[in-house]
Amino acid sequence: MSEASSLVLTEEQQLIQETTRDFVADQCSVDSLRQLREKREDAGFDRALWKQLAELGWTGIIIPEEYGGAELGLAELGVVLEELGRKLAITPLISTLVAGAGCLVRAGSDEHKAAILPAVCEGDLLLALACQETARHDPYSVSTTARKDGDGFVIDGAKTLVLDGAAADRFIVVARTSGDSGERSGLSLFLVDANETGLSRKPTFLIDSRTCADLTLSGVRVDSGALIGALGAGADILDPVLDSVAASLSAEMLGGVLDTFERTVQFLKDREQFGVKIGSFQGLKHRAARWFCEVELSKSIVLKTLRALDSNDVQAPELSAACKARLSDTFRYSGEEGIQMHGGIGVTDEEDIGFYMKRARVSELLFGDASFHRDRFASLQSF
Amino acid sequence: MSALDTFRSETRSWLEENCPAAMRTPPEKTDTVWGGRRSTFPNEDAKIWLERCVEKGFTAPEWPTEYGGAGLSREEVRVLRSEMKALRCRPPIFNYGLLMLAPVLLEYGTDEQKAEHLPPIARGEIRWCQGYSEPGAGSDLAGLQCRAVRDGDEIVVNGQKIWTSDADVSDWIFCLVRTNTEVPKHDGISFLLFDMESKGVSVSPIPLISGASPFCQTFFDDVRVPARHLIGKENGGWTIAKRLLQHEREMLSESTAGARPTQKKTLVDVARESLEVPEGPLTDGVLRDELAQLYMDRLCYSATLERSRDQALAGIGPGPETSMFKLYLSELGQRNSDWRHRVVGARGLGWDGDGFDDEELQTTREWLYGKASTILGGTSEIQLNIIAKRVLGLPD
Repeated sequence: MSEASSLVLTEEQQLIQETTRDFVADQCSVDSLRQLREKREDAGFDRALWKQLAELGWTGIIIPEEYGGAELGLAELGVVLEELGRKLAITPLISTLVAGAGCLVRAGSDEHKAAILPAVCEGDLLLALACQETARHDPYSVSTTARKDGDGFVIDGAKTLVLDGAAADRFIVVARTSGDSGERSGLSLFLVDANETGLSRKPTFLIDSRTCADLTLSGVRVDSGALIGALGAGADILDPVLDSVAASLSAEMLGGVLDTFERTVQFLKDREQFGVKIGSFQGLKHRAARWFCEVELSKSIVLKTLRALDSNDVQAPELSAACKARLSDTFRYSGEEGIQMHGGIGVTDEEDIGFYMKRARVSELLFGDASFHRDRFASLQSF
Repeated sequence: MSALDTFRSETRSWLEENCPAAMRTPPEKTDTVWGGRRSTFPNEDAKIWLERCVEKGFTAPEWPTEYGGAGLSREEVRVLRSEMKALRCRPPIFNYGLLMLAPVLLEYGTDEQKAEHLPPIARGEIRWCQGYSEPGAGSDLAGLQCRAVRDGDEIVVNGQKIWTSDADVSDWIFCLVRTNTEVPKHDGISFLLFDMESKGVSVSPIPLISGASPFCQTFFDDVRVPARHLIGKENGGWTIAKRLLQHEREMLSESTAGARPTQKKTLVDVARESLEVPEGPLTDGVLRDELAQLYMDRLCYSATLERSRDQALAGIGPGPETSMFKLYLSELGQRNSDWRHRVVGARGLGWDGDGFDDEELQTTREWLYGKASTILGGTSEIQLNIIAKRVLGLPD
């Protein structure tokens, strides 16, 4: 078996983990999230933090070397995301790197890649995927249209829950060039500048202090060079990119799961009632032990899925679905168990645990919840 | 070519040459070779396959050659396993002596005890059963009462065991007995081996909710055992008993109970037949959703087993994840057989006789028998206690 497919961190991954862990200990905390919440900046994240991540090389971690990146895999990015996720750090790594750059690396023209990817690696340019239109994630439900017009296209429609869309410099807009909403075929991807005439955006502040954006596109004119990949075959790009996004987001969620679990177990060892530590009660012991099992299963599926995606394993799509479903369920469950075991203090704003539950809900619903991914899994397995 | 690569290619050639074609197909439950004095084989090939493995030391590849093993390193054993898996070779033998008793004999037995008991296990000549639970000592195993009193060079055993799997077809028993009643319960237990043909041993099988079962009640009436069959110190048996339980949990974690289907039809096949949906999405959306969940949980479980093995290979662990295997696999197996049984509907309600085919009857029996899996080998609740205490470090 090759080292890459083994479900143990490689030496390089361990090094990335240690570096990120030190960085997070230094720079990220739930307190910094509280500050961000109070500031309510349109960007939705700390730009200084992003520059520091660029200096570490993480903003180009999965981008090919020829464009200034480190050309590592999702397995390495996953290690970074997991550590950041432990302290609920908000960064546009998933939106810019996995979703945005992911589309360009896969199907972008040489001009696109040369113009955009080096700036992404430097931390100077942010991307966002404008895909979703319905309240619940459903990537083929696209009514936004792109109409051929002379040498270019005119795009009309609206998008919602565009992750990091408030700060993005370029959007990858999923639009329909043929067919009806709900159909897999007929989708096309366009690279659209955030300042393009006819495009307006409205930041949406979410419960977990993350910022998304709603976009309105009315008569947005782009030239034919804005098209990414083949006309009408956008789903061929979108599907694998969304798998990578689901798995990367799962890695970030795993960090949240681990921190929620560890801080709650510690609370059970510290808190006293009836003159004893509450962790001595079997009613809580068994709950904590069951939770432990779910955590272990989550660790394994994240490792397995990221490696499968990196090696283009044929099983990667169904693993991605299983991974996002599992982490959606386990992170929600972790937030619920964490709060319940903390008791009264758990429902106060002063205690950090509530921030984890809020992040769990947002992450759960972003890019498909467990119900969506079970359905996708069943379809992939032909039942 | 590294030494390990050479070993791999030699092993592959040996397996290709020596493993009969019939032993390279997925085994049915009844194909298991248990060994022992009354050993039976499903066919001649199974016998040949066992004999060849015995000669090569491959029934116990990691043991020293003097005890009938092949003296392989951990890496070599892993190569052997992966080559056997690649060629779909069946395990030549499966029994509790090999998987539970032998590891503790290697750790705690004297040279004489190892020399006496290990080679017959490696050769599949003696089949062992486990004398642990008693009517009054289930989850509270250390509360066991089966009495053993020393009489010169012998130990006299009186008492009763229950849930002794395959006691009626086994040759020897590894048995926990109480040798001191004056001390705290954990400190008065000894680990004793004896022949089931000894005078005073009697066995009676226990019918379960699923019908006939491998479980037995086992009675000892003045059974005289040579004192040299005591493993470890007198009254020092609890440490050995606990270590053996770890090996048992390991065995139960890798069994076919939940991760791999024991029946020919997959759950999807069963659902398609029962719902009369030959293709396309299953028409019952709730069943479809439950099935996706089951398959996904299996994936997560097998990824966890894989991670644990990779860690062992990298010299890490065993990590805390191993303590969840028995708990999770037994529950997954129950969900699996419960789902299968619900989906077949009326076809799963027959007990015996005409009108129901073998597979349908088996579905019903497996659903019922599966209820034992979260009780035997330490109940789920005991597993949760172990995780809470040993892994999470929660206070008493």
